[in-house]
Amino acid sequence: MELFLQQTFSGLAFGGIYACMALAVVMIYQATDHLNFAQGEMAMFSTYVAYTLITWGVPYWWTFLLAMAISFVGGLLVERIIVRPVEGTSVLNEVIVFIGLLAIFNSLAGWIWDYTIKPYPSPFPKEPILGNKFVGTHDLGVVGVTLVVLFAVFLFFRFTPVGLAMRAAAQDPASARLVGIRVGWMLALGWGLAAAIGAVAGMMVAPIVFLEPNMMGSILLYGFAGALLGGITNPAGAVVGGFTVGVLETLVGAYVPFIGNELKLSFALVLIIAVLVFRPSGLFGYVVVKRV
Amino acid sequence: MALLEVAKLEAFYGQTQVLRGLDFSLEEGGITTILGANGAGKTTTLRALCGMVRTRGDIVFGGSRISGAATESIVRHRIAHVPEGRGTFVRLSTEENLRLGAYTRKDSAGVEEDLERVFQYFPRLKERHRQQAGTLSGGEQQMLAVGRALMMRPRLMLLDEPSFGLAPNLTEELFDILGAINKERQVGMLVVEQNASLALAIASHAYLLETGRIVISGTAREIEQDETVRKAYLGY
Amino acid sequence: MSAPTNARELAALSSGAKLSPMQVAGIGAALLVAFALPVFMSDYRTFQFTLVVVYAIAVLGLNILTGFNGQFSLGHSAFYAIGAYTAAIMMDQFGIAYYWTIPAAGTICLVAGFLFGLPALRLEGLYLALATFALSIATPQMLKYDHFEKWTGGVQGVVITKPDAPFGLEMSQDNWLYYFSLVIMIGLFVCAWNLLRGRSGRAMKAIRDNPIAARAMGINTALYKSLTFGVSALYTGVAGALGAIAIQFVAPDSFTFFLSVAILVGMVIGGIGSIPGAIFGGFVIVFIPNVAEQISKAAAWAAYGALLILFMYFMPLGIWGFLRMGYARLMRGRKAG
Repeated sequence: MELFLQQTFSGLAFGGIYACMALAVVMIYQATDHLNFAQGEMAMFSTYVAYTLITWGVPYWWTFLLAMAISFVGGLLVERIIVRPVEGTSVLNEVIVFIGLLAIFNSLAGWIWDYTIKPYPSPFPKEPILGNKFVGTHDLGVVGVTLVVLFAVFLFFRFTPVGLAMRAAAQDPASARLVGIRVGWMLALGWGLAAAIGAVAGMMVAPIVFLEPNMMGSILLYGFAGALLGGITNPAGAVVGGFTVGVLETLVGAYVPFIGNELKLSFALVLIIAVLVFRPSGLFGYVVVKRV
Repeated sequence: MALLEVAKLEAFYGQTQVLRGLDFSLEEGGITTILGANGAGKTTTLRALCGMVRTRGDIVFGGSRISGAATESIVRHRIAHVPEGRGTFVRLSTEENLRLGAYTRKDSAGVEEDLERVFQYFPRLKERHRQQAGTLSGGEQQMLAVGRALMMRPRLMLLDEPSFGLAPNLTEELFDILGAINKERQVGMLVVEQNASLALAIASHAYLLETGRIVISGTAREIEQDETVRKAYLGY
Repeated sequence: MSAPTNARELAALSSGAKLSPMQVAGIGAALLVAFALPVFMSDYRTFQFTLVVVYAIAVLGLNILTGFNGQFSLGHSAFYAIGAYTAAIMMDQFGIAYYWTIPAAGTICLVAGFLFGLPALRLEGLYLALATFALSIATPQMLKYDHFEKWTGGVQGVVITKPDAPFGLEMSQDNWLYYFSLVIMIGLFVCAWNLLRGRSGRAMKAIRDNPIAARAMGINTALYKSLTFGVSALYTGVAGALGAIAIQFVAPDSFTFFLSVAILVGMVIGGIGSIPGAIFGGFVIVFIPNVAEQISKAAAWAAYGALLILFMYFMPLGIWGFLRMGYARLMRGRKAG
């Protein structure tokens, strides 16, 4: 029982991280119909930026906010400068550019900070809270932070004019233009926000898996799985999907002997294919009808 | 000075030319209607005014040249376009749709006032203000589209076939409200309509469009009495 | 007629059904050079050119699926790995001669590709990219899996012995392997060319350009798409087997997502939807890391990324497409003038 609780909380912690990635991916998908394959590497790069700030002595939470801000600007610039020229061309062209971005961010990180594994601090105390043995404080902290961030994003989209405009631009760019929304900039904002959320995921997971350029590859995969499971057309669903995948992956890894820790990625692969084949709209999404 | 002046307007979809040199103007606060058969280019005219298609020629609104500008810049001159198909954001709520109409405005007090006024014109929208716009009936969505346009406090409203798909009594109600809006708020209107008699009833001026050219123009009364128009478009 | 802007229009310029005398001469010259090369090169260079041949086959494999059939795959490293491990296991565990591993790898990958193509039928563009991305990421972990260790050698991998030239020919192992691979490549390229200019090829391209219309015309899109996946995997698997024999070693971390990207880069730079372009692709995959590694460990990956992006902006049809467009313009200019 103890093990089960431990595993579940650990799963929830990873789930929070996957939920952030899933949300970032879905935000860009909603606005552009594209999956940003480079989201993971961008998050990793943001985490390295944060690492540098910390080594310069900037206190943890200031680093956290600063890294989010820098990532926001970075994401915005990437969209305006690199993605914009191929927007609206074929899926092939756009995905290839995303893969290119993936490669560049990964190699830039390796070049600037080299490939040795680095430790990344956790802001949460080491002593277990309330003397319990089940839940690590970092895990609890991760769940807490990701919930706060996700809630803030929800408030932003639901209650601010810019958030409303971004939703409108994503859903119906032509009508959005008719009310004066600058759709191109809404897109850029979406990328910025997605990058900031990705940075949170990176900074939360780095203390657990240690900071190195390839740290986000599998996490992005789980993020995709979560987004698909929850419904790639539904941001709230994607968040639920992310948490679900986190718990599922941890429990399956702990309790299903032949998968163990070693085939977890294959589990993600099977999950992704299963969702795509049997229920492409996910648990909470809606089906897009293709007009001939 | 006229509110809108259009000179030698040509419009293209890709390589196909649809408008072949339109010249017309609108006065401040008046209602003008563009009549014509399907394919004459009525919708294209409205789209051309909003920069949604490739154009040649001059469009001057309130003294500023808007031809060649991007749609989102043009509408900031306070031109509200209620497109064919209404253009409602179907997954957003009724109220969110209305507030988006005021996106470019900075006077929040004025926006709240206007929201109340829209609810007065369209009480059904107030009842359903939290409802997802896609679940509203056709008539209600049309009212929503007009309401959203009103939220811009526009100087000119472009309406593309507002009667489309509406039951006759609803259409009459809508046109009555349009007439009221025009009188009370001095909003100029350019109405594209297939239902000629309805449009001529509220308009002061009219143009008849045929294959991309204006073939007849005049006051609404003159057009109503014109024999060609009567036979072809008014049915008597 | 304006200049071609995509693969379809470019292909329309020359149906590829018959070769012009100039094209035949060009191919003849290229073949001559290819066969003569080892005489002038060191064994190590020959080894590198063998890898060029290997990756050209892999790029052609991807091109058959993506360039000619419109199914976007980011997962070809998996098929390459299957081919490579097939060769390794057959030679190391079962002592089977190297030349049998090629058809074996091809057949296994044909089946694997077809099987993967079945669920992939329902996935379009982006979603297929996602599924194949997942395949790529999951592959190294699968290769390291405990329970398979006695065959796959786990993390350590498997070492292979390089074959000697047959019939007592006085030829170095590297030279022999080069000729062996070259002949296989020529055979595979000719088959691909034949396939793509015939009925099947037209059906495949029709599916790429307008799947709904293709189905309306009576083409069994499901069958063609799955078969194309299989054939594409076959080519890449054969490349994997040849590559394994040449490098004499397979290990899970040689078959990561990076390999899928490398093959993608080869296809993009060589030319999407081009058969000869695959050879350019092979050169790119072998020699860019070669050069880049001298600058820094990260440079190869960065170079791939930058090239992908730059080619999408400026040369979406790849080098081959660029050359053909230039040639077409030249011809048109001459006719007009």
